[in-house]
Amino acid sequence: MNSGKKQKQLGKLFVNLTLLLLILIWTIPTLGIFVSSFRNRDKIATTGWWRVLPYRDWQHVRDIDIQSAGLDVDGVMEIEGVTGTFDEFRLGVETPDGKRITWIGNKRLGRVEVQEQVWTVDWNFTLDNYKQVLGGQDFEFKKPDGTVQVVPGDNMNSAFMNSLAVAIPSTVIPILIAAFAAYAFAWMKFPGRRWMFILVVALLVVPLQIALVPILRDYKALELNGTFLAIWLAHTGFGLALATYLLYNYISGLPRDILESAFIDGASHFTVFTRLVLPLSVPALASFAIFQFLWVWNDYLVALIFLGGNPEFELVTQRMAAIVGSRGSEWHLLTAGAFVSMILPLLVFFSMQRYFVRGLLAGSVKG
Amino acid sequence: MNQLSSKEIQDQSLGEKVLSFIGRVLLAISIPLIAFYVLYQGFLFLRDSKAPREVITLVAIVWGVGGVALLYWIFNNLVERLPDAWRTRLLPFVFVGPAIAILSWYLAIPTLRTFWISLFDRNGPPDDLSNFQQLGSDSFVGLSNYAAVFTEQLMLEAFRNNLMWIIFGSTFSVVFGLIIATLADRSSFEKLAKSLIFLPMAISFVGASVIWNFIYEYRPSGQTQIGLLNSIVTGFGGSPEAWPQWVDIVPWNNLFLIIIVVWLQAGFSMVLFSAALKGIPEELMEAARIDGATEFQIFFRIMIPYIRGTIISVWTTIIIFTLKIFDVVWVMTGGQFGTHVIATQFYRQSFTNRNSGFGSAIAIVLLIAVIPVMLYNLRQFREQEAF
Repeated sequence: MNSGKKQKQLGKLFVNLTLLLLILIWTIPTLGIFVSSFRNRDKIATTGWWRVLPYRDWQHVRDIDIQSAGLDVDGVMEIEGVTGTFDEFRLGVETPDGKRITWIGNKRLGRVEVQEQVWTVDWNFTLDNYKQVLGGQDFEFKKPDGTVQVVPGDNMNSAFMNSLAVAIPSTVIPILIAAFAAYAFAWMKFPGRRWMFILVVALLVVPLQIALVPILRDYKALELNGTFLAIWLAHTGFGLALATYLLYNYISGLPRDILESAFIDGASHFTVFTRLVLPLSVPALASFAIFQFLWVWNDYLVALIFLGGNPEFELVTQRMAAIVGSRGSEWHLLTAGAFVSMILPLLVFFSMQRYFVRGLLAGSVKG
Repeated sequence: MNQLSSKEIQDQSLGEKVLSFIGRVLLAISIPLIAFYVLYQGFLFLRDSKAPREVITLVAIVWGVGGVALLYWIFNNLVERLPDAWRTRLLPFVFVGPAIAILSWYLAIPTLRTFWISLFDRNGPPDDLSNFQQLGSDSFVGLSNYAAVFTEQLMLEAFRNNLMWIIFGSTFSVVFGLIIATLADRSSFEKLAKSLIFLPMAISFVGASVIWNFIYEYRPSGQTQIGLLNSIVTGFGGSPEAWPQWVDIVPWNNLFLIIIVVWLQAGFSMVLFSAALKGIPEELMEAARIDGATEFQIFFRIMIPYIRGTIISVWTTIIIFTLKIFDVVWVMTGGQFGTHVIATQFYRQSFTNRNSGFGSAIAIVLLIAVIPVMLYNLRQFREQEAF
């Protein structure tokens, strides 16, 4: 009996440890970007972000006077009991007692340092990266050697605004249209009802790639390309099948007697829909809203095609992709920019996780 | 006298009726006209205005959301003014019409149009001819775009890569999701674990590409590695690589892109599996434990068979998803280094190469690939007998 209990505890420990490991693996990528976004530009480019954790670093103890030591810089030298060439000392030679001798600078004017290892952390955090990626101005950097370098910033601020202007209507419009349609499918009788619904179900998995070329042609003919209306309608079209299907499942399940008593009291369909069905469907509406919002906010392809021609209306995803493409090694912009682009979806996600999970379980998977 | 007056009254009432009818019609026409005018002005403002970004954003949101609500209200009002018989006949279409119209315009009809375009050369069917005449024009190439889709070198590479995406992407997502869901169910910190594993689902592919680019960041050997993976590899004495761009190991460098999507999607499968696992009756597991089954036996002999339906549906969902994968590849490698997939080829042909015929043929192939799932959906729907 006792051994069984012990085995159970061991099992639990194993479960917890394995899960902890998996959580770590899943979290570290995001954590790396997050920590880096607060690090100094030069630090990001030259050292790993894990330096925020304690690590052992070489620190200066004292200098050795090259002149008085009378060293032969072109041959093999002996300093503090260790020998090596100039190039070896440039990289640092370790002494038996755990110190390191390092040559700093060039052969003639350089100096020789004795260093020892100490535990340290690199906790110099700054908000500069965010200022630069949001502000849209040029920024001056002081390099360690004192020279000043001018680096262009980026304008994520306006991209953020554009993304809001695209994402909110692109979320509300399909939900409204889908809710009307779902109500009609569930509570009205009309010819073609069955076939229309089969159309909706069949379109659930149609890849949106199928529509891009013809719709782009229409937009060019209508001069809609590069406008907000164009991209709202596109997102509405691509999200509508799923929205209608999910809302139908919910609305058709609403208690029949509540609606019927409203009709007996003389309420019109429109009144029943706006006063009764919409308020009762809030959980389903919220679940789908989160999905559609995240999908639209995170979308890249649709924006690339229907807003691609208009740099003024660039969205956060387009802006990020542009920075990756043209300034892919400027990690101070990329890390901060990535977080700017992620902050809103993460907030929505954490504040409404319950609805999100409910939506997933109801089948919110988008084509 | 009496008759006259009654006739007068009739005349009067007729006149009033006509007047009020005209008034109603005028009102019925003018309200939509005014509404359309206001909406159109809003559209022009949004397209051309140089107002501050914040103002434009606010106007856009109000105009877009309010506009749609307004249109429904107007059409409902118009229909409600009609006689009863017409009202019951037309009202459903006010409700369902916009959805069907938009779905037709954006998905149903484009399917046919894309198929039509795929039968023509890079310029597509000539616009000035009728459909029948288009068939006789020089740009009609029949099925040769499809022949090219299945023979072109880059397309074959894309098919191979998509197959890797489907096999590894979906399998790893399902396996990790299942493992995490099972472990979380028995752990002491289920909620926290699920939230953290789930978190990447809120991140865009572009954001995820930045995150993983940072992990794969490559510096020449000898410099300090700032990318986590290369830092670990060099720490163990290996040499640094630019993992997704590592051409020596093509096609296996695709795995470094697939990992990103597994990282994003494991949360999705975990949530669904977690809910399914909670549906397994506790007595069933308890009975197995009393009979001396080990936890592994319970996992393989009870849990997995019990949630088989969920596993299959999660699997197919992720397969469809990986079939259409685009953003990650496009941002990480642009399809270079042997990483093209069907969707990037579609983009490249349709929009970079401006070969709409070829691009459309690729889109149709993509559609055909998801048709089995569509049929499955329809069958499920019929089984539910909702109609």
